[in-house]
Amino acid sequence: MNLKKYFNLKSLFTALALGSLSLGQVMAQATEEAAKNEGLGKTVSYYILLFLLACVFIGIIGKVLQVYELTRKIQGKKSGIAWDKFNGVMFAATLVLGLYGSYWSYTVHGNLILPESASEHGVAIDSMFNVTLIITTFVFVVTHIILFLFAYKYKHSQKRTAYYYPHNNTLEKYWTIIPAIALTVLVLMGFFIWRGITNIPKDQMASAIQIDVTAHQFAWDVRYAGKDNVNGRKNYKLIGSLNGLNNLGLDLSDKRNNDDLKVTEIVLPVNKSVRFTIGSQDVLHSFYMPHFRVQMNAVPGMPTFFQFTPKVTTAEMQEKTNNPEFNYQLYCAKICGGSHYNMKFLVRVVSEKEYQEWLKEQKPIVTEEMKKEYQLALSKQNSVNNQIALNN
Amino acid sequence: MATAAIHNPTATHHDEHHDHAHHHETFLTKYVFSQDHKMIAKQFLITGIVMGVIAMILSILFRIQLAYPDQSFPLFEVLLGKFAPEGRLDPNFYLSLVTIHGTIMVFFVLTAGLSGTFSNLLIPLQLGARDMASPFMNMLSYWFFFTASVIMLSTFFIESGPAGAGWTIYPPLSAVAKSMPGSGLGMTLWLVSMTLFVASSLIGGINYISTVLNMRTKGMDLWKMPLTIWSFFLTAIVGLLSFPVLVAAVVLLIFDRSFGTSFYLSDIYVAGQALPNEGGSPILWQHLFWFLGHPEVYIVLMPALGITSEVIATNARKPIFGYHAMVYSLIGITVLSFIVWGHHMFVTGMNPFLGGVFMITTLIIAVPSAVKTFNYLATLWKGNIRFTPAMLFAIGLVSFFISGGLTGIFLGNAALDINLHDTYFVVAHFHLVMGSAAIFGMLSGIYHWFPKMFGRLMNAKLGYLHFWLTFISAYLVFFPMHFMGLDGVPRRYYSFTEFESMNEWLSVNVFVTWSAILGAVAQVAFLWNFFYSIFFGEKSTQNPWESTTLEWTTPVERIHGNWPGEIPTIYRWPYDYSKPGHSTDFIPQTTPLSETMSSNMPHDFEGNEEAERIQEEWNAKNVNNTEEVK
Repeated sequence: MNLKKYFNLKSLFTALALGSLSLGQVMAQATEEAAKNEGLGKTVSYYILLFLLACVFIGIIGKVLQVYELTRKIQGKKSGIAWDKFNGVMFAATLVLGLYGSYWSYTVHGNLILPESASEHGVAIDSMFNVTLIITTFVFVVTHIILFLFAYKYKHSQKRTAYYYPHNNTLEKYWTIIPAIALTVLVLMGFFIWRGITNIPKDQMASAIQIDVTAHQFAWDVRYAGKDNVNGRKNYKLIGSLNGLNNLGLDLSDKRNNDDLKVTEIVLPVNKSVRFTIGSQDVLHSFYMPHFRVQMNAVPGMPTFFQFTPKVTTAEMQEKTNNPEFNYQLYCAKICGGSHYNMKFLVRVVSEKEYQEWLKEQKPIVTEEMKKEYQLALSKQNSVNNQIALNN
Repeated sequence: MATAAIHNPTATHHDEHHDHAHHHETFLTKYVFSQDHKMIAKQFLITGIVMGVIAMILSILFRIQLAYPDQSFPLFEVLLGKFAPEGRLDPNFYLSLVTIHGTIMVFFVLTAGLSGTFSNLLIPLQLGARDMASPFMNMLSYWFFFTASVIMLSTFFIESGPAGAGWTIYPPLSAVAKSMPGSGLGMTLWLVSMTLFVASSLIGGINYISTVLNMRTKGMDLWKMPLTIWSFFLTAIVGLLSFPVLVAAVVLLIFDRSFGTSFYLSDIYVAGQALPNEGGSPILWQHLFWFLGHPEVYIVLMPALGITSEVIATNARKPIFGYHAMVYSLIGITVLSFIVWGHHMFVTGMNPFLGGVFMITTLIIAVPSAVKTFNYLATLWKGNIRFTPAMLFAIGLVSFFISGGLTGIFLGNAALDINLHDTYFVVAHFHLVMGSAAIFGMLSGIYHWFPKMFGRLMNAKLGYLHFWLTFISAYLVFFPMHFMGLDGVPRRYYSFTEFESMNEWLSVNVFVTWSAILGAVAQVAFLWNFFYSIFFGEKSTQNPWESTTLEWTTPVERIHGNWPGEIPTIYRWPYDYSKPGHSTDFIPQTTPLSETMSSNMPHDFEGNEEAERIQEEWNAKNVNNTEEVK
């Protein structure tokens, strides 16, 4: 049995006709819908037609080339188009345009990237980034010049024979050792910066402003530690308890909860170390504040931490970026469900004085109502316990 | 026959099999349940291409969403129904598109489509074997893969839609069915599909390893194997050691989803309810997943690098530079690939000390990668380069390997990863280094070995068009994404309109989307060329590229058993191109050294007693001749 017989021109044309009919139906439906909704339905049909036109155009060019080459062949001349030369020249052109394109992208797109770091450790990250960028850009440019120039220069020629050159141990040693040295430098720099960010001495941990962040689909709940600078205990089993008032699952038996503050924005005093305790109630989220070079996953069942010192106030950053609307934001960087893309929280960096004023305005997270409900629950629990005792 | 049988335990059986001229194959045994490695290779290839086209269409759908977040596309509603109400993609469905696109591309196209095709096609042919060590198991590996593919695609037709937790399906999103629509039945089917897929990979991998170790023809010692075989062999080892870990992880996840265990779950309050799970950790999944997930990068990439080595050497008409270094680099990458998984977890809350350790191992892997790159460049130096479409794609791969590899240095650095993790920088990086590079390796292999598979040639001019449009569009798509990442734009966002700072990337997103559409259109040229050429392409000669390796010694017509009569013996390494003193610019591996004495080099005889004996005899004969002349 030969598959070929099923793929003759007749059956191909039949399939094509059937395909066109069904496509036509879909298109007609789409256009009708588009007329109703004034959407892009028309443009979709337009682009499909444009695509078919492009295919026909390419087909015509191909046929013209074919006829040209056949004519040359009949005339006993060499093939009309030197394709090796064509491709070699294309590589040379790609090199020039590609390098210009990269330069353009570095300068134009490069201008859109994050401004200077707004945190102290971020400055070290930025300098590490710049060193890596310089090294990698150098290698990128040099290797591409070599690659595409070789492709151009050594394109096929009947007159030439390739150079038999199977190996050179010295050369291979050089290009093993040199990258190894460059990478060692990068590893060491990166290692020390990483340790500097993640290895915080215990006394500095305790003295930092303690902020507790809880992620859930699709919002952030933030509380400040209050006067004792310690966030009280939480328990996910208590979420929604106290007659639905306890959204965070605070354990009110832990008195350290009582002075904790609920906030609707993160406000940080400039040049003061802050320590975030990050958690999640449901799925993985990621606590991402790119302007501060901060990112840490929010993991259910396992608190994570990030400590840093903001060093540029929002007002200063608005000036630096020449954007009066600028605001720091907290994003969610880990896929967490349908509204992952709009899970945001406002972050402001202010002076110490403004921070203290703002702090005074914040209300405790444990309200009087919650306390009453807690007391009520306690008394119920005690009566149940007593009942059990009596029965015994 | 006797010599071949010594090295090839199944040869005798196959030869007998082959000698029976009356042997009859039905449609089913020839095209469907074939045990011939070449047909299985074609099955993997065509299934891989179909899956690739589907994945590409999915990517165009979500790219249109990203470019035009506020516009309605009624056609979407017509095609996708409730997944695109009012002509706009549903945000949950958007995540499903991203998930299935990634899953299909990484596993079904670049693992099975690439490795499955070329390992199956080339391992027996380049080693001189009649077939795989176990042809029946080989057939099974395809059918497991096919079933896995059907199950994966079937998730588009179920009520809740396909899985939507990203191709890494991190729990709890993947473990708790009520956490999002894409965590329901679609996720269960994803897990079933992947289990079958891994079974397919393992069966295939064991076959590849057994064949390479046991079924090499006479003379084919390890240092005479083409780099393709080295790469397939090492890839199979990586798969064999890492895929079972994923299966174990998946089984635990199924237990968490369905039987109330808590391997990955603890302290979860979801959909208004506190779950009873305690004591587990979602981070455990990440350790297990990335223990496969990072080697997977090399499972995808190494075969592409092997193919590139072969194609570059053949078309530059030069020996691959530093053959031994290339092999040692592959071995180095293989070993190191197992101890770098933690760099995916720098910001998960994992012990920071471990982060430091993984940073070191991750950056070390750049050294063998650099060696490979420089060796490719040295191979091109003073070559006589024929720009076949295969060669163009091989050069394209080197370019992507450089660009994408260099950005890996940023992400491997724990300190820099803090800011770049889960942003578009990561998307750009891996799409260049393992997406585009591996796809280019696959395309290079298709163009190069198409005559071997179908006895015909693909149209070169359409190949040029395909290459240039794909190459340019890939850079236009992924280069700007680096800068989006550097602006802190997270990946997998349905829309960028919610954050003012991301709006400035809207025009770039439009540009990227249209570039992606250009790339997709270019694939039409390929698809047409591929399927048309199978039936109507120019007929190929036995060795159209004047290549040295063993597969080009088999007849153009497909023979189950590969060679009529005896399997050829191997005498030399696979890269004798443009050897000084020889009349042609290539010497097949089957040409004895005694026939090319004028072009032999000292290293041809190193460690080869038989060759040394031949040389001594030839020297002695030459001395006698000289004396006779005198």
